Amino acid sequence: MSALRAEARTALAIARKDAVAELRGRHATVSTLFFSAVVLLLFGFALGPDSARLAAAAPGLLWLAVVFAGLLAVTRLHLLETDDGALEQLALYPVSRRAIYAGKALGGMAVMLVLGLVVLGAVGVLFAVDVASAWLPLLTTIVLGAVGIAAVGTFYAGVTVRLRAREVMLPLLMLPVLAPLLLAAVKATAAALAGDPFGELGAWLQLLVAFDVIMVVAGAATYGYLLED
Amino acid sequence: MKTRILGFAALAAVAAMTAIALFVVPADLNQGDAQRIMYPHVASAWLGYLSFGVTAISGILWLWKRDLRFDAIAVSGAEIGVMFTAFAIWGGMMWGRPIWGVFWQWEDPRLTTTALLLALYVGYLLFRRLTDDPQRRATRAAIVGIVAAVDIPIVHFSVEWWRGLHQTATIASPDRVLNPAAPMIFVGTLLGMLGAFTLAWGYLMIRRYQLARAELAREEAVRIGRLEDARRGVARSEAAR
Repeated sequence: MSALRAEARTALAIARKDAVAELRGRHATVSTLFFSAVVLLLFGFALGPDSARLAAAAPGLLWLAVVFAGLLAVTRLHLLETDDGALEQLALYPVSRRAIYAGKALGGMAVMLVLGLVVLGAVGVLFAVDVASAWLPLLTTIVLGAVGIAAVGTFYAGVTVRLRAREVMLPLLMLPVLAPLLLAAVKATAAALAGDPFGELGAWLQLLVAFDVIMVVAGAATYGYLLED
Repeated sequence: MKTRILGFAALAAVAAMTAIALFVVPADLNQGDAQRIMYPHVASAWLGYLSFGVTAISGILWLWKRDLRFDAIAVSGAEIGVMFTAFAIWGGMMWGRPIWGVFWQWEDPRLTTTALLLALYVGYLLFRRLTDDPQRRATRAAIVGIVAAVDIPIVHFSVEWWRGLHQTATIASPDRVLNPAAPMIFVGTLLGMLGAFTLAWGYLMIRRYQLARAELAREEAVRIGRLEDARRGVARSEAAR
């Protein structure tokens, strides 16, 4: 039990380190937020100007923007570590690998959460969708989505960060794995916005929870091998 | 020699089953000749899944035993799996055009799942090429292969919930075989094709594995050669001095 508490403390310390670095440098959030805003604008150009169609497509656009921006965010968070061989230092600490993974994923989750909420607001404004009335299910979906993207993203950023072609490899590996999350999150968002007429919201949220749990476990179990090599 | 015999046996079996599927088995009452695509289609889809399972398990064994032979099996599985999966998708599209009226049916869960499966393992193969050190490549590939395999069931369930219209498993429910006059001959042909394709799969796996071992050996030889070149260069410069 105390071992688990120690791991949690390590994870929190690493997440706090990332948060402090982020608050001081704002490597991940500012560029990522701007990127997602540009993506939303381009979606508007691609599908607009019919506002009814944009509103109907809003859940999908929201999550595509979040996922694309998430790719950038997790890359930035890991580049932070490779700059001065920081990841090697981190790997040398006598703490469990799971804790390091959890810490990095927690930091990523915080960034993804901010990102998700801002993009949600932007979608509400740009595509004339009423996001305030269904705030609780939407918030739940965004939290679950943020956990999943951070869990998968931390793992794949760790896999690709030391490769020559990481800009190509990260999306290539990560996007197909995120497909179920995208699907469930879009469906949950659409259901929440429509007032859940078919009572399917719970099922999609459960799928998100299952995805998050499986990916966190898989990431925690394998991340240690990454640090070793 | 034994592998060569297996190769010829596989070739003969596939040719024989193709002839049976094309000329002996009657055409389906509802779907006509297009239904004949089902025999190689189902067989290659099944072998795709089998190959990716082999890749995941060899990945775990590499992480556990640290024997590069497991990595050679893993890459064989991924490459051959991609080939069979692509073939299954292609066959499905050829079948879908006359039966569904479209090449691609978004509402079909298995089609979309299989397409994602293909994307996952093409990514895996591309990813492998980026690391030169064999040990490191094996480790990285193993964990990517494991996470991809973990993702497959989630993809499957999520897409299934999207509502689908794929032909449900034919063997599990014989009453779904549409021609009432000869259900057994359909099932028998499918099983025969499955057996023939599995023989071919076994042959390809063995050959690809041998190739992977040869590639590893060549990489090793190149590395040793470079070391010796460097050593000779140092010796020469010392002699010149």
